[in-house]
Amino acid sequence: MRPALVPALLAVACATATYGGDERAEAPRTADERLEIPPPPFSEGIFPCSSCHAGMPVNRTRRALTEMHDDIQLRHDEQHRWCLDCHDATDRDWLHLASGERIPFEQSYLLCGQCHGEKLRDWRAGVHGRRTGNWNGQKRYLLCAHCHNPHQPRFRSLEPKPAPRRPERPKEETGGLP
Amino acid sequence: MKRDPSDAPAPSRREFVSCAAGAAAGFLLTACGPKRLVEMPKERLHAALRELERQYSETYGTAVTVAETPALPGVQFAYALDISRCIGCRRCVYACVEENNQSRDPQIHWIRVHAMEKERGVDFSHSDPYYDPKEVPEEGRFYVPVACQQCENPPCTKVCPVGATWKEKDGIVVIDYDWCIGCRYCMAACPYGARHFNWAEPSIPKAELNPNTHYLGNRPRPKGVVEKCTFCIHRARAGRYPACVEVCPVGARKFGNLLDPDSEVRYIIEHKRVLVLKEDLNTVPRFFYFYAT
Repeated sequence: MRPALVPALLAVACATATYGGDERAEAPRTADERLEIPPPPFSEGIFPCSSCHAGMPVNRTRRALTEMHDDIQLRHDEQHRWCLDCHDATDRDWLHLASGERIPFEQSYLLCGQCHGEKLRDWRAGVHGRRTGNWNGQKRYLLCAHCHNPHQPRFRSLEPKPAPRRPERPKEETGGLP
Repeated sequence: MKRDPSDAPAPSRREFVSCAAGAAAGFLLTACGPKRLVEMPKERLHAALRELERQYSETYGTAVTVAETPALPGVQFAYALDISRCIGCRRCVYACVEENNQSRDPQIHWIRVHAMEKERGVDFSHSDPYYDPKEVPEEGRFYVPVACQQCENPPCTKVCPVGATWKEKDGIVVIDYDWCIGCRYCMAACPYGARHFNWAEPSIPKAELNPNTHYLGNRPRPKGVVEKCTFCIHRARAGRYPACVEVCPVGARKFGNLLDPDSEVRYIIEHKRVLVLKEDLNTVPRFFYFYAT
């Protein structure tokens, strides 16, 4: 792996931030031109979280959500984890690592990599996940969350494209049998 | 009396001139006759390609380009496919058909996805390329897509009686469709079933033709010639990933330069469990299958 890749990833992730937050805006723009990550795949109108959460009291009790976010079904080690294990309680526009360190949504792969370290390693090398663009130039990465819903990360089944046609044999050759 | 060979009469001027003229005519006839595109001088190749572009553009009613981008220096292409990720959705098969202008009817697919039983492992004698469930992946099955393995030691090029197929400097095995005589020896020689024959005039809907073509790759083919995967030669030599790599929804397909130590394929070969198909045949494929997990 290129040693320059990690800082480059971070720089690009910060540089692609499209919303406020002074720390993010001041992130050094030493973006590697060869790398591109699209912004995180938020549901429409859900971000920034602080537009609702800013004035709300923080309730750290683990509970079933009924008033809001009841569409989220956690199927991701749900016996052991809950919303605030990843989402930051004091500022909802951020995530946080197990260490308590806050990270923006653009760097959610750091959060995923706490448990899935070998996947993070492969993703950085370009082996896990889809890359598009140029094999010897500008590449486009996806974040973990572009393919895996963080709340239900198992990859969804797909409908396959049609099977190839079986070769046909002329009638006279088969004597009318299929 | 015996004649001394040194006394043999020298050829007359007339004999010498007629012999020389005959030899010159013979040489000219051979040199000016039809040639494989690859052997043509640059100016004639360009003229031939402009003529092809004119014909294709007229047939398909759109501006078709036929490139002749040569192999990039210092590049050896290789491909890697993660068997533990592939879910058998066949997105690659159809992306390839559209990108490379394969015939829709009769149907030609350069990629064939084999469904295999997990209990048996990689076993082509029990594989099912015609699987058609509602959703993939199916319980207890895994999938192995197979296309041209771009062998380092390709059996197909050795059997061609006219030299219409060869390995390029960057490792891509290509076919000159204008030189192919359709004998199909190469199809018999290929142990991977990767070569396909145009039994009838290929049909591509005009609106679906990919006009960005390469003369050794995805330009429209005539009836009676063999075709196969070229790692999307028109994209790869322009620095882009092949179409199948970009379409794969699980990111199982990887492509790059074997000589670049930072490339994905090198990382895979150096860090993952890698296998090639039918290794015992000594074809030395450039197509690696691996298990990332």
